[in-house]
Amino acid sequence: MSQALTLTADTDHAERPPVRRTPPLTTLLLLVVLSLFLSVGLGSLSIHPGQVLGIFAHQLGLEAFSTFEPRHEAVLLGIRLPRALLAMVVGAGLGLSGAAMQGLFRNPLADPGLIGVSSGAAFAAAGAIVIGGSLLSGAPGAVIMPLAAFSGSLLTTLLVWRIAQRGGRVQVATMLLAGIALNALTGAGTGALTLIASEPQLRSITFWSLGSLNGAGWMTLATVVPFVGLALFALPRLSRALNALLLGESEALHLGVRIERVKHGVILLTALAVGASVAVAGLIGFIGLVAPHLVRLLWGPDHRTLLPGAALMGALLLSFADLLSRTLIAPAELPVGILTALMGAPFFLWLLLRSRGVGVSR
Amino acid sequence: MIRHLLTLTLLCATTAPMALLSSGCKRGAAEQERTKAPESATPEDVPAMPLTLRDATGAEIAVEDTSRIVSSGGTLTEIVHALGFGDRLVGVDTSSLHPGSVTRLPKIGYQRQLSAEGVLSLSPSLILASEESGPPPVMAQLRASGTPLFVVPTEHTVDGAKATVRTLGTLLEREDAARALVEAMERDLASARDLHPSDDTTRPRVLFIYARGQGTLNVAGEATAGDVMIGLAGGVNAVRGFEGYRPLTAESVVSAAPDVILMTRMGSESVGGGDSVFELPGLALTPAARTRRLVVMDDLLLLGFGPRTGEAALELARALHGAAPSASAAPEGGAP
Repeated sequence: MSQALTLTADTDHAERPPVRRTPPLTTLLLLVVLSLFLSVGLGSLSIHPGQVLGIFAHQLGLEAFSTFEPRHEAVLLGIRLPRALLAMVVGAGLGLSGAAMQGLFRNPLADPGLIGVSSGAAFAAAGAIVIGGSLLSGAPGAVIMPLAAFSGSLLTTLLVWRIAQRGGRVQVATMLLAGIALNALTGAGTGALTLIASEPQLRSITFWSLGSLNGAGWMTLATVVPFVGLALFALPRLSRALNALLLGESEALHLGVRIERVKHGVILLTALAVGASVAVAGLIGFIGLVAPHLVRLLWGPDHRTLLPGAALMGALLLSFADLLSRTLIAPAELPVGILTALMGAPFFLWLLLRSRGVGVSR
Repeated sequence: MIRHLLTLTLLCATTAPMALLSSGCKRGAAEQERTKAPESATPEDVPAMPLTLRDATGAEIAVEDTSRIVSSGGTLTEIVHALGFGDRLVGVDTSSLHPGSVTRLPKIGYQRQLSAEGVLSLSPSLILASEESGPPPVMAQLRASGTPLFVVPTEHTVDGAKATVRTLGTLLEREDAARALVEAMERDLASARDLHPSDDTTRPRVLFIYARGQGTLNVAGEATAGDVMIGLAGGVNAVRGFEGYRPLTAESVVSAAPDVILMTRMGSESVGGGDSVFELPGLALTPAARTRRLVVMDDLLLLGFGPRTGEAALELARALHGAAPSASAAPEGGAP
């Protein structure tokens, strides 16, 4: 009940310019910019900060800034920069989707991965790889693959949603169980596809299940930006509705929230963002789960801070994880999905122990 | 070392049998001709001109500088070393395990999971890559980097092994060394042939089990590296009627009735090593189990189809036909 009171109070003051809102987001934004510089500056090929500046100056038409080799420029602009940006876009998409889903389902475990969205996307992508065959080798592959992953992601989300609905209310336990069942189902489907896949197709499927940003170029970035961008633009507009939803569906309804529209909006937008992210980067776990909880722990459960905060936190976490994946065993590489789970899981456990439980509304 | 084995085990378990199949005997002479044609066209008395050769992807690759070589693929690394350019290797992938000295070089990861920046950070002047190297976006990035990337055509046949050695000989301008390697290979193959039983009906039936742990046991059918090697050594593949690898089942093993079980060293170790292979489903009921005939050979030696192809055939022939087995190919059950 005390939750309800504080939140009602919050809605009352909604018209007042929020005081706490700016500092956390500014801090996060600064950290994200810092990690972008680190990601661009560090890698298995050592490029001096001076050379980095020189290369960018060269791009802007300013000559004779610093000496660098063409090799450095090719690595920085063709390999490192698009990859660093992709890590941020994908991380932001996953963090934001996690936060929105946790809000919608009013459940702290509603990570896109846990309710089968990611594995649905991976299954569809694997299907596209195996059945699409040679169609996917060239430019059309860049379009078909994210579309398939997107459809898979949307379909599984809708299924879980449908199954978990009883008399207009979402049954949380049913939702998680349905998610587990669909995870198993799509996992079996992906398994069956690996049996009939040829060797290069198998290699591509393996890439999904480990998660990696390796090989990302400007085209990859261009594929995923519209999908995640749409979610980044539209989801924060649902912050107040999600805040009201924390009270319960009927309470939100009484507060004038058009619940069905919010539900569909969240589902569609997260499926878009997660589907596109999985399509280009494979299965990257824990960002969608940990980023929102971190923000909630630091700055509270208000979705107006939480949604952009989780996006920035996701971007920060994934770009840091990818930096480690590129440098830890250089010149070889660790799949980033392994790292996020390796860092995320113990951290999450520590969080659970420290804060006597983690909730959506704290 | 453990990391390499882990990576290998993980990745080979799912991909290797199919890799061996896909780059099997089918791709034939056409490609060899293609790669050999420029060889004769290159004027050998003008070394200043950059050498241009067509690689397995069909691209014309100009090679000027072979002072810093990154090699992705165990067989390629082995050939570069055998051609006398071991000291020019600056980085290799994790499947490069022979000779031992190359395992101390910087590792660029498993050949299928390369990182473009990682490879380029070694400042290579030439990148040699097996056809299995990838993932494709990384190969595209490497091509775009301007460093010559030569994808070497490989094949699991004697002709394929010779062609690979000759291609690299031409590329690295070590034709004489390549010729010597091919001649040595032919000598060993001839010695192996001398050991073949004169009567074809007395050839031992050999079952090659490709194992990557208890859960991943495959038998090698026709047109696999194992099948070709068994033929070269004068044995008969105990399983016929299909191409590529198939999961091992108890019944199929019994009906194959092999006289000898052939395994790679890593494969044998992954199921417990030594005689524990005879505890696998169905194996206890085979003639091989009764006589305890198990041959274990080094992975890259047996399946690599590199410069040691002849050596491998000879070693296997000695193990199969009982003539003074060398140390590394000793039948691990001992004589009955």
